[in-house]
Amino acid sequence: MISGGMIGLTYLAAVLATLPLLLILFHLLKQGAASLSLAFFTNMPKPVGEVGGGMANAIVGTLTLIGIACVIGLPIGIGAGIYLAEKRITPIAHSVRFLSDVLNGLPSIVMGIFAWEFLVRPAGHFSALAGGAALGAMMIPLVTRTTEEMLRVVPVSLREAALALGYPRWRTSISVVLRTALAGIATGALVAVARVAGETAPLLFTAFGNQFWSTSLREPIAALPLQIFTYAISPYDEWHAQAWAGALVLISIVLVISLAARFVTRSRFGAPVD
Amino acid sequence: MTALPAEALQKERRRLRVHEAAIGDRIYEIVTTACALVVPALVIAIAIAVFAAAWPAFAKLGLSLVTSSDWDVGAGHFGAAPALYGTLVSSAVALIIATPLAIGVAIFLSEFSPTWLRQPIGFLVDLLAAVPSVVYGLWGIFVLVPMLREHVMPFLRDRLHLGATPFFSGPAYGPSMLAAGVVLAIMALPYISAVSREVLMAVPRSQREAALALGATRWEMIRDAVVPYAKSGIIGGIMLGLGRALGETMAVTMVIGNRPEISASLFAPGYTMASLIANEFSEATNDLHLSALMAVGAILFIITLIVNAAARWLVWQVSRGRAS
Amino acid sequence: MLQSIEVARGARVTPHIVAPRPPVAEARASAQPEKPCIVTRHLTAYFGDTPAIKDISTAIPQLAVTAIIGPSGCGKSTLLRCLNRMHETVPKARVDGDVEILGSSIYGEGTNATAVRRHVGMVFQRPTPFPTMSIEANVAAGLRVDSKHRRADQQEHEIVEEALHRAGLWDEVKDRLKESAMGLSGGQQQRLCIARALATRPRVLLLDEPTASLDPLSSQKVEELVYQLRETMTVVIVTHNMQQAARVSDRTAFLLAGELIEFERTNELFTAPRDPRTEAYITGRFG
Repeated sequence: MISGGMIGLTYLAAVLATLPLLLILFHLLKQGAASLSLAFFTNMPKPVGEVGGGMANAIVGTLTLIGIACVIGLPIGIGAGIYLAEKRITPIAHSVRFLSDVLNGLPSIVMGIFAWEFLVRPAGHFSALAGGAALGAMMIPLVTRTTEEMLRVVPVSLREAALALGYPRWRTSISVVLRTALAGIATGALVAVARVAGETAPLLFTAFGNQFWSTSLREPIAALPLQIFTYAISPYDEWHAQAWAGALVLISIVLVISLAARFVTRSRFGAPVD
Repeated sequence: MTALPAEALQKERRRLRVHEAAIGDRIYEIVTTACALVVPALVIAIAIAVFAAAWPAFAKLGLSLVTSSDWDVGAGHFGAAPALYGTLVSSAVALIIATPLAIGVAIFLSEFSPTWLRQPIGFLVDLLAAVPSVVYGLWGIFVLVPMLREHVMPFLRDRLHLGATPFFSGPAYGPSMLAAGVVLAIMALPYISAVSREVLMAVPRSQREAALALGATRWEMIRDAVVPYAKSGIIGGIMLGLGRALGETMAVTMVIGNRPEISASLFAPGYTMASLIANEFSEATNDLHLSALMAVGAILFIITLIVNAAARWLVWQVSRGRAS
Repeated sequence: MLQSIEVARGARVTPHIVAPRPPVAEARASAQPEKPCIVTRHLTAYFGDTPAIKDISTAIPQLAVTAIIGPSGCGKSTLLRCLNRMHETVPKARVDGDVEILGSSIYGEGTNATAVRRHVGMVFQRPTPFPTMSIEANVAAGLRVDSKHRRADQQEHEIVEEALHRAGLWDEVKDRLKESAMGLSGGQQQRLCIARALATRPRVLLLDEPTASLDPLSSQKVEELVYQLRETMTVVIVTHNMQQAARVSDRTAFLLAGELIEFERTNELFTAPRDPRTEAYITGRFG
């Protein structure tokens, strides 16, 4: 009887655990859709009282920041992942793996402090570059981990077949092993992008936000999460409504990227890779 | 073996080509090693950035940084005790709420769930990790906090008479330690659940079958054979969730009330280290102020470092096949 | 024109890339039957500190199929992999002694392993087509390694077709050359790997239990193929299947615990072995 009761409790836990997500999605759709309009995507933020403000600059800003983050985070992450997959158990590999996990667990605001110290303070002003760098640094451990795992899955026999054909070691790694694992690595990259796209704390004192249009790397830049934050804590109802709309757009972007990640995992020739 | 003269020129070119293969190997080696070394370099750089900037505050303020509650920028007093308190308490509340739920879901998914339900529920729980923290904060401000203020808090305080204890006393403003704890619980849940699920499913069949063969019920098998086996992994998962909660900034800032006071009541607004930094960093007026904020960041860095390292070690232990 | 892998003092090895020519006539004309193809001298291979093969000195004849047999763990694959410097790709593995292929030492001072492997083809136990490449690209993979020596597409296509013919796979895949190699059956994939190895016109082909994971029909096709290849190249095949060795090979080597026990014409080894251990293995007393 107790047994049945306990089993029932686990069912309850399952319900309670899925409830918040459903609630959040519900409210996002309800509040966000109401404030969403074409103007939202094309207009700039307007002062309180004026109708028709949008978050065009923030959407573009987020995309810009993601772009910078990818340029920094992807090559380094993939390179590090390759290194770890090949030098599996050396002391350096162990340390790098451990420190990568450490990096992953750091509060994102500490990343912001770091980028501020090296890119904002010496320059004397906030910049998109600093924000992108903070996000890029956050991507590195994620991309490293998935790259290593995907490369490890490639059978040794494939590498040997290439070596036996006379491929030099570097060519074996790139043209055969990396190429075979490419879909999985791309998935990992997209997952990392989805994660950093929604980050706010590292941007607070790096990208800083911008009420106007800017795509310059050396200027502060608007970003969706920042804009949502600013509007949410403001006392104005209009801005609250905009915040909901922004949140809906943000989570849609994150979801689309996550779905793209799953889609990529189908092999090039059509059969799903498991 | 002598070569034909016509080939001499070709030989020369071939020699270069194979040499290039060796060069290719070298370059490849250097590039991948450099990329890998960026990781430790980054960690060291972050540590240096934070601690170097924090040093003046540590030197000048000493322990008062964490023991004093007096944060007065003008007077040069920087006591971050409320923030430290808030970080620890909100995370503790989060764990108290999240752990039973997460382990319950994990057990549900690995043992009792009908097959058709497993994927969707697992997916939904994992999706919690994908929601950006500012979205949690937004939802927290406009949905959770009013709900707490108008329904949950009065219920706890008056109906359940928990108001007699210091933990649930006082006016129900809404933004509070409790609100922060709930939001953090939701955010930590997927991490604890994912790890727990993995380690539970990794428990070998032989363990389960041995318990069942001895006459245990399904639940007893789980309680006595499966969970103990997976214990260190589950604890690792809990610590992972803790690490997440400790470092969380935005969602907490938006629902905790941002009041630098220590109070026993969960209904009272509070402060966390991450919120403190987030709120004041851009407007740090003088060097000592900035340094004090950096010092708070340094403390946060160390705490999360220890927690995450412990978490990884525990999970690593399990993945190497050691039973608890 | 014979290939030569020259050892230049202090310089890198300069392999000659084989130029297209009619295989059979050329090979027969330039072969010197008395001269062995592969010569090993005190060859010892280690995994860490443990020797897997000990002090093997032997000569493998040209334009013939040589089989290596022996119980599991006797070092057959290790010996084979020493012949194209694949043994050393395993961490902590090393080789003592020397191997000469067509008169040139492949372990000599300054020789480059990659260069050696471009002249010796190898087929492994499990089929290993490159999953992201088409059938055509798979066969051409060995040709494309040398990016400086790019062939015209037409020329490459001819070589691919020829290799697929020789591997007995052309008819089955000629209509789907651009499709993924993963769509082929196990037996077809293995023949694809053989075609891939043949495309570079190696003088020596090494086969490591090539039919171990194949069904009997595919195994038979591969055996027929191996039997025919003796006309144009030297083949060394490792097999745990004695009947297979008896069917396809001209000479057979018997290995036990890392040592070369006996090396004879196949007929003689199987009908009148000289060493009692050989006889014990062949009659099934252990293995």
